[in-house]
Amino acid sequence: MSKIHVTTTVNGDEVEYLCDPRETLLDCLRDRVGMMGVKEGCGTGDCGACSVTVDGRLVCSCLMLGAEAEGKEIGTIEGMADGDQLHPLQQKFIEHAALQCGICTPGILVAAEALLKKNPDPTETELRYWLAGNLCRCTGYDKIIRAVMDAAADMREAS
Amino acid sequence: MALDGSKPQFKLLGTRPNRPDGLDKVTGRARYGADLNAPGQLHGAILRSPHAHARIVSIDASKALALKGVKAVVTRADFATGLTGDDWNMQENCMAGEKALYDGHAVAAVAATTPLLAKDAAKLIEVEYEILPHVTDVDEAMKEGAPVIRDGAADYSVPDGLHPNVVRYYENGKGDLEAGFAEADLIVERSFKTEAAHQGYIEPHACLAQLGTDGQGELWCCTQGHWFVRQMCTAALGIETSQLKVTPSEIGGGFGGKTTVFIDPVALALSRKAGGTPVKLVMSRSEVLRATGPTASASMDIKMGMTKDGRITAASGVFRMQGGAFPGAPVDVTTDLAFANYRIENVHHVGYDVMTNRPKQAAYRAPGAPMAAFACESVVDEMATKLGIDPLDIRLKNGVVEGDRSTYGPKVKKVGLIETLEAAKAHPNYAAPLGPNQGRGVASGYWMNWGGDTSASVAIGEDGAVAVTVGTPDIGGSRASMALMAAETFGIPYENVRVHIADTASLGINEPTHGSRATFASGLAVIQSAKECIQKMCVRAAEKWDIDPDAVTWEDGFAKPSGPNAGDFEPLSIAEIAGEMSDTGGPIAGHFEANPGKFGGSFGTHVVDVEVDPETGRTTILRYLVVQDAGKAIHPSYVEGQFQGGAVQGIGWALNEEYVYGPDGRLQNPIFLDYRVPVASDLPMIDTVIVEVPNPGHPYGVRGVGETGITPPLPAIANAVAAATGVRFTELPLSPPKVLAGIKAAKHA
Repeated sequence: MSKIHVTTTVNGDEVEYLCDPRETLLDCLRDRVGMMGVKEGCGTGDCGACSVTVDGRLVCSCLMLGAEAEGKEIGTIEGMADGDQLHPLQQKFIEHAALQCGICTPGILVAAEALLKKNPDPTETELRYWLAGNLCRCTGYDKIIRAVMDAAADMREAS
Repeated sequence: MALDGSKPQFKLLGTRPNRPDGLDKVTGRARYGADLNAPGQLHGAILRSPHAHARIVSIDASKALALKGVKAVVTRADFATGLTGDDWNMQENCMAGEKALYDGHAVAAVAATTPLLAKDAAKLIEVEYEILPHVTDVDEAMKEGAPVIRDGAADYSVPDGLHPNVVRYYENGKGDLEAGFAEADLIVERSFKTEAAHQGYIEPHACLAQLGTDGQGELWCCTQGHWFVRQMCTAALGIETSQLKVTPSEIGGGFGGKTTVFIDPVALALSRKAGGTPVKLVMSRSEVLRATGPTASASMDIKMGMTKDGRITAASGVFRMQGGAFPGAPVDVTTDLAFANYRIENVHHVGYDVMTNRPKQAAYRAPGAPMAAFACESVVDEMATKLGIDPLDIRLKNGVVEGDRSTYGPKVKKVGLIETLEAAKAHPNYAAPLGPNQGRGVASGYWMNWGGDTSASVAIGEDGAVAVTVGTPDIGGSRASMALMAAETFGIPYENVRVHIADTASLGINEPTHGSRATFASGLAVIQSAKECIQKMCVRAAEKWDIDPDAVTWEDGFAKPSGPNAGDFEPLSIAEIAGEMSDTGGPIAGHFEANPGKFGGSFGTHVVDVEVDPETGRTTILRYLVVQDAGKAIHPSYVEGQFQGGAVQGIGWALNEEYVYGPDGRLQNPIFLDYRVPVASDLPMIDTVIVEVPNPGHPYGVRGVGETGITPPLPAIANAVAAATGVRFTELPLSPPKVLAGIKAAKHA
């Protein structure tokens, strides 16, 4: 089967890959671009572990084909910190012990960042509904919610 | 090694530093099971039975093997023969032999150059099945005439006359049941059912395996216990344990479900068949739900007697546990822990381990305990309500304390049940006002915890920094607690300790991170190893000062003369001693190899407020409080995290999660959309209170905390729903249709 050539931008860098038409964006990011921070938890868009942004919009990369990334701007967890400067969300997740096993953490951070870009001052309820597409089995979400709210408060103060 | 009474004040224990692996895990750098690739690797895929019960007549892989890029196909014929007992069960579960025993049972596997090709090839493997009658319900499986899963699977414990699907029988009791019930003013008798729930770890099982024709291999995999993986894989393949090195990846959740193997022996067999080429094998979510995990399901009868003033006089229980197509449902734990919260003179329990055409049950957080707690704590709650006694008071009156004889036999050691009840009573949540359709539920729960085979090492670097090496994978922040305990023992900064999780070639055997044992047992091993290092460093200082080693003490990271009589020497820091170690006798390290037995059990009490929508039957959790005894919370944030996570898993099991089998014996909900675990919008904050009743069997008083937290939620929520609706529900989950039907039935009654 012939492969499709894709040129796209991942975390600001131009990348090219060849992919099978059936490969998902998740497969391509992990296996063709090497972005192993993007995780597969379900492959059916139910768990959010593979969350990335495509042209600024939050998507489950397991629900999009790799071929559809042509010409898009993809953002993954690997692009979240600014060099050695962690994003406030990343810092607060560590400080609040908002991760236990950590497998859902990249997806939740990407999803939370997408929310704060749209709504820098979410209520707890808004945040809980926004993150309802990101499953965490370890924490019961308590410390995740606290970490995001705390990061949001700091970011509002800094801006 | 007993509680270190000489050090009541801690400098570091109880603080909340950042976890050492935090940076890797918030940047996406941490490498989990599916994140490692090897040059030239192949990709595996497994063909699974679509039938609940079927004889495998033939397997024809010729079409698959004819595809360009397909390198190997394995079936059961490629595994070792002659296994018995648990090894046979494990091997049979990883790859079916004569029969497929459940929907999703592996029957063949293929390795090919790409993941898509492997999946395509698996579909081309032709299997001829002879479909057999099946059974998936525990009560049905025990009935006369039920399909026999495997004749001869029962062990010596099963009395004559029971169905061959009953494979283990367990009985335990004391006192005079009849006299106990005669003494009671109130007797309540009820039957309960719980469905199987899956551990639901977000990371599917994944591994990268290489096994040469010389019998030497390496395996990278996500597991709670890589020595267990090594033992199981080598048994399944017929090679010696030392020939396989297993390296644990970071692990994306386990909750007990990653203490065994499903795909690892298959990947190794594929690699061997493909001439030693590495094979990567990653499960899909539906494979995880169909063929790994879940808990046992249970069918239970409980009878309890109580005097008017709330004293429990007698209790009896029958527990029928369904553990899939293999023996191993946690029938002993379920029965033993059923009434373990209480001081009861007259008690009797019976348990049945029952096979059905379902996946082999695996451990899930306090395996077996939540089901029994649901049944027993529901009955206690009903009795308290009928007698007009506060549910916490009834537990305070009957709750076990040190020195009591437990319901299952041993004497109760120092435990903190009463302390959790008192703390729950004093918490503002217990006094919060409730509105219409709202109810409050209370329940307590217990897990006895575990020690187990433990091996660790602590080595001093040339600059005085400390490398801690343990064999228990870090599943929820244990690197932080190990580093805290090591730093506390040495009297050095937390940041000067680095904790490593070793592969199977680098330490003696270790049991997994299971049984709530890592912080207790690996922690104790680290403390002991650190003390050995300190003792060696004191000797180096004594030799340098030319004084007796007994005249040297260790304080805050320095060797010091123990008093004025010992001599007047400048204290030597760990860095100074380490810097000279090559000239003063060589490397300095400490080791620990044992199985610490003085683990202390942990009690917890939960208080939950719910609102039940009378129109839809939907239950909303309004408030949730976890109070639990941690002995000593080494890193309180991760202790709270265990409390909160356990509670929310329990909320899922109580309200939503269940295995749904169709009449065809196939799992109806093998994706997260339909197997619905709690999401953020389902929940409030989970309030926690850490009670600290130190465990006398650990130098710093640690008790395991991981598992107790899932034990009280099932009954606490059922009790709250009963309070909100006036209807006592006896079958989980309390899904909206079930609750709505119950409310409607009560109205018409």
